[in-house]
Amino acid sequence: MLGEQIIKGMAVTAKNFFGSYVSKDRLTTVQYPEERLTPKENTRQFPFLVFDGDDAEKGLRCVACQICEKECPPQCIYIVKSKDKKPDYKGQMQVFPVTFDIDISVCMSCSICVEVCPFESIKMNNEFELSTDDRFKGLLLTKKELAKPNSYYQQIHPQDAKDSDAVIAAEIVKAEAKAKAAAEAKAKADAEAKAKAATAAAAAPVGTPPANPPTPPPAAK
Amino acid sequence: MIAAQKPFEVTPKLDESGTPIGELLEISMGPHHPSTHGVFRMDVTLDGETVVKLKPVFGYLHRNHEKIGENISYLATMPYTDRLDYFCSMTNNWAYALTIEKLAGLAVPERAEYIRVIMAELTRLQNHTSLIGFFVQDMGALGTPMMYAFREREKILDLFEEISGARMMCNYMRFGGVRVDTSDAWLAQTKKVVGDYGKFLDEFEVFLNENEILLARTQGVAPLSKEQAINASITGPLLRAAGVNYDLRKVDKYGIYSRFEFKVPLGETGDLYDRYMVRVLEMRESIKILNQALAGIPAGPVMDPKAKLRGFRPKAGEVYGRIESPKGELGFYIISDGGPSPYRYRIRPPSYINLTTLEDMCLGRKVADVIVILGSVDIVLGEVDR
Repeated sequence: MLGEQIIKGMAVTAKNFFGSYVSKDRLTTVQYPEERLTPKENTRQFPFLVFDGDDAEKGLRCVACQICEKECPPQCIYIVKSKDKKPDYKGQMQVFPVTFDIDISVCMSCSICVEVCPFESIKMNNEFELSTDDRFKGLLLTKKELAKPNSYYQQIHPQDAKDSDAVIAAEIVKAEAKAKAAAEAKAKADAEAKAKAATAAAAAPVGTPPANPPTPPPAAK
Repeated sequence: MIAAQKPFEVTPKLDESGTPIGELLEISMGPHHPSTHGVFRMDVTLDGETVVKLKPVFGYLHRNHEKIGENISYLATMPYTDRLDYFCSMTNNWAYALTIEKLAGLAVPERAEYIRVIMAELTRLQNHTSLIGFFVQDMGALGTPMMYAFREREKILDLFEEISGARMMCNYMRFGGVRVDTSDAWLAQTKKVVGDYGKFLDEFEVFLNENEILLARTQGVAPLSKEQAINASITGPLLRAAGVNYDLRKVDKYGIYSRFEFKVPLGETGDLYDRYMVRVLEMRESIKILNQALAGIPAGPVMDPKAKLRGFRPKAGEVYGRIESPKGELGFYIISDGGPSPYRYRIRPPSYINLTTLEDMCLGRKVADVIVILGSVDIVLGEVDR
């Protein structure tokens, strides 16, 4: 019969229509902005810079190595290195970014900067309601706007933040061990040099300068 | 069932002296027309309502993808490939990663291969589902089928977002593996979505397959012969609808496709109905592959330890890598001079090449058919214009 299949199709439509009152599978829409879904763990929107502690200037993890600037596909990151240095989380003296701008009107949210960063300092935010009526300044995020505390990162990406904190803790332990070893080596070298100098002075009071002590490795801090 | 329609006359009606009766009308369809699937324009010459000449015009979405790719690093091109065919970013990523792996000689770990197959088949499911939604909408079924299709597509996009962080611009594959490992919870969720998908397809097929209006609009319309399809180097569901058994998953057996059991659905005449049915059947086969892959996924790493993220420089050479994307053969051709970015970077986009027979298929049809024929080719302008 002509139209039989159309009627069968209508039955499917009816099933979906009435089903939408009882089944969650058939009515999946959410009335944004009154209702909101919780963002997914991995959701990425735009990057931000992580800092440790309370002071955004002092605790900023970024050391202005400019790898993200180089690898960024649409080239939306702009970094100016500092002339002076400040201690990073490991206690090493490092340069820091004087300027760190991200133009989020250009950014394509690919998270390549996060992947290539060796210092766990740039991460993806999940904030998406960023519309502004100022098309130039409003979308150009500076260092001040980009810097967010580590606690914020732990809040939006709990699992990733845990991993990243573990990486940093391991780095700090490694740096401390290295510093300790270096300090010990230095102390040893100093002692040896002293002893050598003393023996040399005792054996040959005139002339022969003491043998060069082994150059101590640069001590951290 | 309604009998297939007879083809229309191709030439305009002439009077005794050989001049056309009436005037030919030239109209421009698109670029900002909802039925052209993006910014695509067709210069159509009409005799009454019958098409006598059709000239496709594209380039409105050109954004210099290939030239950009030659100036940035290999890794940085990966997120740009998402934007080619923005419905199937996972398969685009895979095609590009596969090409570079071939060039640099990277091996992909077992688990990553399984994850890639799962992602590619999920992509195929959501691409074909939404395509059928659009296709039926092009025929005038405004809303309902497309909304059902999009409802199901959203479930797959949720899976993508959970693992890669973005619904459409996944940027998930890397040279030598994938970016993040899947969790058990994710795999369980995928199993559930795939299990439910069969039920949705059952419902969808009852809804559409034998609908009299759909049959009248598609059966016998714009058939594409085997010879025509091969001569125009058409690939994908369009070629298989014409009855040519050519699927790169079977021919090249790239990745680990040789391990899965699935059939390649073929059409007979290559008309619009065959193209529709081939896609529906392909989704069924995709579900089969997904079930096998989800059952057999091993534990292990997801990245080749030799793979380098920063400062990646493959050795000099020339390579062509291709995969069966949902739209056809997607190929990447790269010449490397050993530097940080390719010397030459070129893409073979399936939907661009499938468009070449558009005029042949549309000649002699009515204007309303042109829209449906274009819908059946399954183009995405991000890929056509690059």
